[in-house]
Amino acid sequence: MSRETVINWVLGLGLLAVPFIALMQGEPFYITLATRVAILALAGVGLNLALGLGGMVSFGHAAFFGIGGYAAGILATHAFNQEPLLAWPLTVSGSSDMLVIWLVAIAICALVALVIGAITLRTSGVYFIMITLAFAQMIYYFAISWPAYGGEDGLSIYVRNGFPGLNTLDPIQFFLICYAVLMACLFISARLRDSRFGAALQVARQNPDRLAATGIAPFNIRLVAFVISAAMTGLAGALFADLNRFVSPSMLSWHVSGEIMIFVILGGVGRLFGPLAGAALFIVMEFYLGGITEHWQLFLGIILLCVVLFVRGGILGIMAGRRVHA
Amino acid sequence: MPDAAPVLELKGLRKSFGALKATDDVSLDVRPGEIHALIGPNGAGKSTLIHQVAGSLTPDGGEVRFNGADISGLTVAQRVRRGLGRTFQVSSVAPEFSALRNVMLSVQSTQGSSFRFFRPVMRDRSLVDAAMDKLALVDLAERANVVAAELSHGERRQLEMAMALALRPKLLLLDEPMAGMGPEGSKNLTGFLDELRNEVPILLVEHDMEAVFSLADRISVLVYGSVIASGSVDDIRANKDVREAYLGGED
Ligand SMILES: Nc1ncnc2c1ncn2[C@@H]1O[C@H](COP(=O)(O)OP(=O)(O)OP(=O)(O)O)[C@@H](O)[C@H]1O
Ligand SMILES: [Mg+2]
Repeated sequence: MSRETVINWVLGLGLLAVPFIALMQGEPFYITLATRVAILALAGVGLNLALGLGGMVSFGHAAFFGIGGYAAGILATHAFNQEPLLAWPLTVSGSSDMLVIWLVAIAICALVALVIGAITLRTSGVYFIMITLAFAQMIYYFAISWPAYGGEDGLSIYVRNGFPGLNTLDPIQFFLICYAVLMACLFISARLRDSRFGAALQVARQNPDRLAATGIAPFNIRLVAFVISAAMTGLAGALFADLNRFVSPSMLSWHVSGEIMIFVILGGVGRLFGPLAGAALFIVMEFYLGGITEHWQLFLGIILLCVVLFVRGGILGIMAGRRVHA
Repeated sequence: MPDAAPVLELKGLRKSFGALKATDDVSLDVRPGEIHALIGPNGAGKSTLIHQVAGSLTPDGGEVRFNGADISGLTVAQRVRRGLGRTFQVSSVAPEFSALRNVMLSVQSTQGSSFRFFRPVMRDRSLVDAAMDKLALVDLAERANVVAAELSHGERRQLEMAMALALRPKLLLLDEPMAGMGPEGSKNLTGFLDELRNEVPILLVEHDMEAVFSLADRISVLVYGSVIASGSVDDIRANKDVREAYLGGED
């Protein structure tokens, strides 16, 4: 086992242990904190596919996080009010079943990413960053000005959506759902990374001309990766809405895009478990330093700066050393 | 075999960068079994021409025909899949991947779609074995697991050659493959290309005159974007314009 694998196990099992320790200590609040880490890490795992493997610096992933959130909120609201989502030409009703909501969130995010990606991936560098940001901002302003689902005030989910056979209102059970989804997506990411598609995607980042000279069009590879990446972040958004039982345009704001990117960079760009390490550090800092000073983000900024300037591999880089390529 | 249909045919190719005519009405062809060398002083437009054949630059006018079909509208990747292999003047590899994984990418490309998401490549014998074969062919098998960025300059050129060959090309575009190889490396590569021409015809851009004269079936001389002479080795050696424009000026 490589050192990185050991650290991945420690991170994975560590997160799993937190809620149970919290329960034994009678501090249920920490369960929510751990759930937050799992969900935000998942959002980062999504971005890491695009950013870490494919070199696509998307500054618009809040769009997918928010769309996932609204998918949960809107479906749940319609189910709660027993109003069909669509009455004609066919009746589509809302849903309070997480599995249905996840599928819808994934499908819509994939579709939106297909459109955004098809346009933005014709650009590169700073232009790509700015155009992905612009698209996300468009969706943000749309959500603010669309009164049907709460506009600026957002939308409450009165009862957390259900999962067959589980009681999602029990914090531990909801945590386990989020944790399982995170692990499943990490597993998928690992397989993607090592697959033919992953090889092409990584060369699209390292040297797109080489990829083309090998007969593989970088654009198509990147587009598919962007779509998968968006779907994962969208799934995280749906879970996040259920965690808070609330969704609002703030989930779509550029701050969120920035935060997801911070998880990835802090943890180590392109490292499988990087987003988990990054999200965990972020939440721990927010919780402890945020309790001491409002200006805790100043410390975050300093740490981020150090990571970017001195350790390119982020937290995983510090702990596991240079990445080994098979 | 002068009568065989050409594999590659350039007709009236033109390309300008602002006022500079980098390719000025160039017509030439490459036939089966031959090495057609393209020589000319620095800045003559040799690489620019190769780029237009490969598809990484769009000509302002003219036509590129490959195996009888006009490929002017195809992208780089599409041309490669039709059988156009190339190496770059400055080696172009995936720097973070091992030599083996670089070549595996070429093999993967010949096996069809890269939209396969689940099976780990390193456990895929059909990729690993074929790639190792090509590495062995260019004498790089021992360095298979070395990251490309850590290979020496000459080794990276060998790697590029292995990657190009793994594509099973129908034509090879080689842009100064001898550059920086050292005398020993150049000699080996010359022998290698000499054999290779029987499998795949080559358009060879090269400054190393010794290699060019020993390898080329035909030579075209490019000066300021236009072909000033084209013919056999002896024709070119004897050509006055060439001596003045090029051979005389060089070391
Ligand atoms: N993208 C570009 N934009 C502007 N000018 C260019 C561009 N690419 C090449 N040139 C110019 O076109 C001319 C031909 O360049 P090219 O690289 O094709 O020459 P070359 O024959 O390959 O030279 P060398 O032997 O040094 O490799 C040069 O004057 C070069 O400066
Ligand atoms: Mg050149």
